[in-house]
Amino acid sequence: MDFRLPAQAEAFRAEVQEFLAEHLTAEMIAATRDGTIHSPGLHRAIADRGWLSGAVPAELGGGGMDPVELCVLLEELQLHQAPADALGVAVVTVSMILEHGNDFLRAEAVPRLLSGEALGCFGYSEPESGSDVAAARTRAVRDGDGWIINGSKMWTTLAHVADYVLLLTRTDPDVPKHRGLTFFVVPLDTPGIEIRPVATMGTERSNATFYDDVRLGDEWRLGEVNGGWDVMKTALKYERGIAGGQFPSPPVIEAAIDWARTARRADRPRPIDDDTVRHRLVQAMIDVEVCRSFAYHTAALASQGEMFGVEGSMTKLFASESYKKHCAWFLDMMGAEGLLTHDDPGAHMDGLIEEHFRHAPVTAIYGGTSEINRNLVAEGWLGLPRSRS
Amino acid sequence: MRTRYSEDQQAVSEAFGELFARESTAEAVRAAEAGCGFDRGLWDKLALAGAPGMAAPATDGGGGASLVDLAVVVHEWGRRIASVPLVEHAVVARLLCTGAGRSAPDGLREAVVSGELVATLALRPAAAGGTARLVPAGAVADVVAGLRDGDLVLGRGEPPGQARPNTADLPLADRDLSDAVILATGGSARGAFDAALTEWKALMSVAYAGLATEVLAMGVAYVKQRHQFGVPVGSFQAVQHGLADAATRAEGARLLAFRAACAVDAANAGADRLASMALLFSAESARFASDRVLQYHGGYGYSAEYDVQLYYRRAAAWLLQLGEPASEIARLSDAEFGPKVGAA
Repeated sequence: MDFRLPAQAEAFRAEVQEFLAEHLTAEMIAATRDGTIHSPGLHRAIADRGWLSGAVPAELGGGGMDPVELCVLLEELQLHQAPADALGVAVVTVSMILEHGNDFLRAEAVPRLLSGEALGCFGYSEPESGSDVAAARTRAVRDGDGWIINGSKMWTTLAHVADYVLLLTRTDPDVPKHRGLTFFVVPLDTPGIEIRPVATMGTERSNATFYDDVRLGDEWRLGEVNGGWDVMKTALKYERGIAGGQFPSPPVIEAAIDWARTARRADRPRPIDDDTVRHRLVQAMIDVEVCRSFAYHTAALASQGEMFGVEGSMTKLFASESYKKHCAWFLDMMGAEGLLTHDDPGAHMDGLIEEHFRHAPVTAIYGGTSEINRNLVAEGWLGLPRSRS
Repeated sequence: MRTRYSEDQQAVSEAFGELFARESTAEAVRAAEAGCGFDRGLWDKLALAGAPGMAAPATDGGGGASLVDLAVVVHEWGRRIASVPLVEHAVVARLLCTGAGRSAPDGLREAVVSGELVATLALRPAAAGGTARLVPAGAVADVVAGLRDGDLVLGRGEPPGQARPNTADLPLADRDLSDAVILATGGSARGAFDAALTEWKALMSVAYAGLATEVLAMGVAYVKQRHQFGVPVGSFQAVQHGLADAATRAEGARLLAFRAACAVDAANAGADRLASMALLFSAESARFASDRVLQYHGGYGYSAEYDVQLYYRRAAAWLLQLGEPASEIARLSDAEFGPKVGAA
């Protein structure tokens, strides 16, 4: 047993830090306030450096970056608040196309996604189905050699800047729900697609996308007809390798320390000299070390070729739930000043803590809710009976 | 980088897992509780297996194992809440083989490394007058290492053989260190003591991970076989989610605890910080796990007959031997943020 990162991974960390010092600007981070958590410049730079293709598994023809180094890359991106959500989406999309796609899709979409020129987005959730993803109702019906698609998707975040949507559709409504699904890679400029913004409590903008008699050639199909659930399972598999989210709290903790050291309150000690504040800061730092232990553990398992599952659920559950707790603690610590948003010139650090407070709840929802993850831990780790049909 | 046991560690884990499962049954734990919290028979078997000096240098008659290797054994000790002061003893054995500790009187080191004498660490400095209060294993230890007026001292004497009655029936007792011999003074005394204390924290955090693992296994087995409303209690999502949260924290605690032990082995600069964090988190996780499991046992969980109460009480008590958790957090925050302004 040895939890120390190999020297090579630490050297790679230095390389990532240098890269971010050169390419990640405060403007890029601030620009995400328009709602789009994506920076084309940064995304291209990451792709140019080879880290996007590098993150695609070697057995699929990707760079097969060592999972421990990939973990370090994701850690540094998160610690620096780099708007890099599109990286994970691109890696998962490419991996799915390489595993399930035909020659046309491989030639058409993969090079553009790998170069960072094109972006993907996920079309799984619908207005009536979120966690129960296999209940998707968006219909794809045979039309000669091609398909006609009708329906709607929710939470197609990035769709307004993306080129492709990975679309989960129903091709057979008369069989059990998992057996009548089919995946498509759909170019978002196809006639009949409408993208409407969905505003959120946080800073980010999501989308609802509508599909009205969208005609698509069969070459855009990903995987077998009615084999969509198998494709979905590989999406979840690839997401595990590239999913960030283990380190949402450190920027909030740093900002909280800064505030605690600098805030002046009449007739009262500085917050940093207040026991409750000190204890919460330390508790939050402990939680971060737990997240780091989980992250290094799953990376080490992947590095040794071990397919982990429930550990990923635990990591996500713990990281997002503790992040929510930290945001609430430090918002409380600031009192009325904590409520000021980045639009107010007097907001501490451009309202960073306040912004994280509004963002935090979504992290316990997207990519598998805390409830779904608890189900997975109960069934897959503890061996308890399945509690739902 | 390897976050699972090596083959050797796996073998050690299985061997000691079997030994503790066989020797430290719930019945044996209860028998020890009725006495002074010490199982002499188990101690002798562990000594025979080389456990007390396992992580002492081979040149001193020890097993030459790393702290992580010892932690693998301690994890199994924690699972069976065994009534022997393995952690305190092992830490003192290492202390007596390093730097300042080597000046111990003749023969003592060998007797501690072999387990012939039982040793312990007074986790808190002796009070004025030289009495160390509520020393872990103070009721049964032949040798007590600790701090007295800033000096590292080693006391040798007849153990009282009687514990002060306490929540978890641990062998806690006061020990008079006024006649204890001085091993080191000043900075080297503090350094040697702090190193031992860091090892204790790292090992106890692993022990807590073991406790949490076992109490969860007990809880899962119970909710699978206990039926209410015509179905297993474990089929209710409220119960499942409580156990899932507990399992998540327990696994996080296990990883952080072993990571801390690795950092101590590697003499990393942040090892002390990590060990302290691991101890606080794993203690909290073990308490949470035993609380959930007791709750899901219903009334039986509260009864003396079932085993979960044995774990519930230790989950609280092990950490408190060191002092209030708030003091440990304060120590960490002083290191992170500097001392409080206006604080004494």
